[in-house]
Amino acid sequence: MRLTRFKAVAVAIAAAASLSACGGNAGSDEGSGVDVKVASNAADSFKDGTRMKEIAESGKITIGVKFDQPGIGFKGATDDMPKGFDPQIGKILAASLGIKPEDITWKETISDNREPFLESGEVDLVIASYSITDERRKVVGQAGPYYVTGQQLLVPKDSKIDSIDDVRGMNVCSVTGSTSLDQIEAKGAKPRGFDTYSDCVDQVLNGTVDAMTTDGAILMGYAAENPDKLKVVVPPFSEERYGVGYSKSHPEMCQWIVDTLKKAEDDGTWAKAFEATLGKSGVATPEPPAMDPCPAA
Amino acid sequence: MNLVFEHFDLYLRAFGWTVLLFLASALASLVIGTVLAAMRVGPVSILRAASTAYITVVRNTPLLVMFLLICVGLPTVGITFRFVEDWHLDAFYFRSCIALTLYTSTFVAEAIRSGINAVPLGQAEAARAVGLTFGGTMTQVVLPQAFRAIVPPLASVMIALLKNTSVAYVFGVVEATARMKYFTNITARDEGVFVLFALGYIVLVEMVSLGAYSLERRWKVSRA
Repeated sequence: MRLTRFKAVAVAIAAAASLSACGGNAGSDEGSGVDVKVASNAADSFKDGTRMKEIAESGKITIGVKFDQPGIGFKGATDDMPKGFDPQIGKILAASLGIKPEDITWKETISDNREPFLESGEVDLVIASYSITDERRKVVGQAGPYYVTGQQLLVPKDSKIDSIDDVRGMNVCSVTGSTSLDQIEAKGAKPRGFDTYSDCVDQVLNGTVDAMTTDGAILMGYAAENPDKLKVVVPPFSEERYGVGYSKSHPEMCQWIVDTLKKAEDDGTWAKAFEATLGKSGVATPEPPAMDPCPAA
Repeated sequence: MNLVFEHFDLYLRAFGWTVLLFLASALASLVIGTVLAAMRVGPVSILRAASTAYITVVRNTPLLVMFLLICVGLPTVGITFRFVEDWHLDAFYFRSCIALTLYTSTFVAEAIRSGINAVPLGQAEAARAVGLTFGGTMTQVVLPQAFRAIVPPLASVMIALLKNTSVAYVFGVVEATARMKYFTNITARDEGVFVLFALGYIVLVEMVSLGAYSLERRWKVSRA
C-alpha cells in the first residue's frame, strides 16, 4: 500500500508538472514579435571583466521568463519559444550583446525560484512579470521598471461588480502565492488561490468564484478570448512595476540594462514589442515608464 | 521568517484550515471506509463488486485528479456545491473535503479489510453459530477486533491524509501551504518560512501518531 501511495504521489507530481506546463492555450497566436537589431562586435563595446563582456564573448545567454501568462510570457506545449512582452524585452537585451534570438536559452521561472535562479547563476536575467519590491531588492538586483501595470478584475458579463468596494466578502481567485492575491485579500475579498491563470478563468466561467484578479494586461487577454462571457472592470487599484532581475554579484549589469532599455524606448523598439504582444488585446501603447537610477556599485 | 512571527495570526489561521480539512475528511473517510470494507467482505455480491470497483478506481487515481474532478470538473457541468453556503460552510472547503474523503476512504477501507482478515475465521463462525446476523457479526464481533489490529496502518493513512490536505492550496483554500506561498512570495527568499511551516506540519503529524500510539497501547491491554 505504501508503494501505491508513493506511486500516486509521484504521478500526482508528474501530472501537476505537466498541467502547469501546458496550462492554458491563451494567446498562442501572438506573433513571435518584432525584429531586433543584433549588435555586431558587441563584446568590444564592454569593459574587460564585466559580466556583459563575458556573456557577449560566450555568445550565449540564459533568460528566465514566465511560461503561463498570455501576453506577458507564455509558451504553449507545441511552441519552440516563449511569446509575450517579457521575452521581447529579453531579445532586445540579448541583441545589444550581439546574441541572436535563437541563441537565447529560455528557462521557465515561477514566482518561487526567481531569486534562487539568479543567485545560483542558473539564469543570467529574470524577465518574468517580476514586480520591483524592496524585499526583493535586498536579495537580487532589479533594473527598471520597463513596464508598469495595475491589478484589475475579470468578471462574468452579467456581474454586478463595478467598483473595488464590491469585492468585499466575494470569492476572488488568482494564482496561489501571487502578489495579486494578497492585494485582493487586503481589499476584503476571500482569496481563492489556484495553480494557473487558466484554472482561475475556468472558475470564473463556471461560477464558483465571483471574479479573477491579476495584472490588467493578462485579464484583457482572457476577456478578448471570451468576449461574450467575460469583461474587465475597475480601474487599476495597484501598481506593479516590472523589472529585470540580475544577480547582485554583477552590479554592473544594472546600468547596461537601463541604458539598453532606454535606447529601445527612444527608438520605438519598446513600443513595437508592446504592440506585438500586450497591445493585441486592444490596449493603447502606454508611455514607457521612467526607470529607477541604478544603485551605486 | 520574522514576517511570519509578525503575522502569526495568519500562520495559525492557515493551520486552522489544515486541521479543519483533516478533521472533517478523516471522520467522513473513516465512516465511508468502514462501510466500503463491510461491503467488500459482505455476503451481497453486487455490493461486493461495487465496493471493489470503487476502491480499485479511486485508489489508483492520483489525488490531484480527484481534486480536479471535484473542484474544476463538476462545477463546469453545473455542480458547484454552492448550496453549502446557505449553511455557512465554505464551498471551496467543502469541495476539498469531498475530494480528500473520496480518496482517503479507499485507503481506510483496505486497512480495515486487512484487519478483518486478521480476525480468525472461527470468530465469525462462532458469531453466526450463536445466531448473529451479518450486521451483528461485523459490529459486535469482527470489527471491534479488527479496529484493534489496524491502528498502526490506519494511523499511516491518517498521517498521509493530513499531509494531503496541502493539495487544497491550489483549489481555493488558504490552508498552511497556500499561506506559506504567500510568505515566500513577499519575502523574496527566506528558508526560515519553509522551516516554520514544516514545523507546523511536524507538530500536527506527531499529534496524530501519538494519539494512535496511545490507542494502540490502551487496546492492547484489553486484548490480553
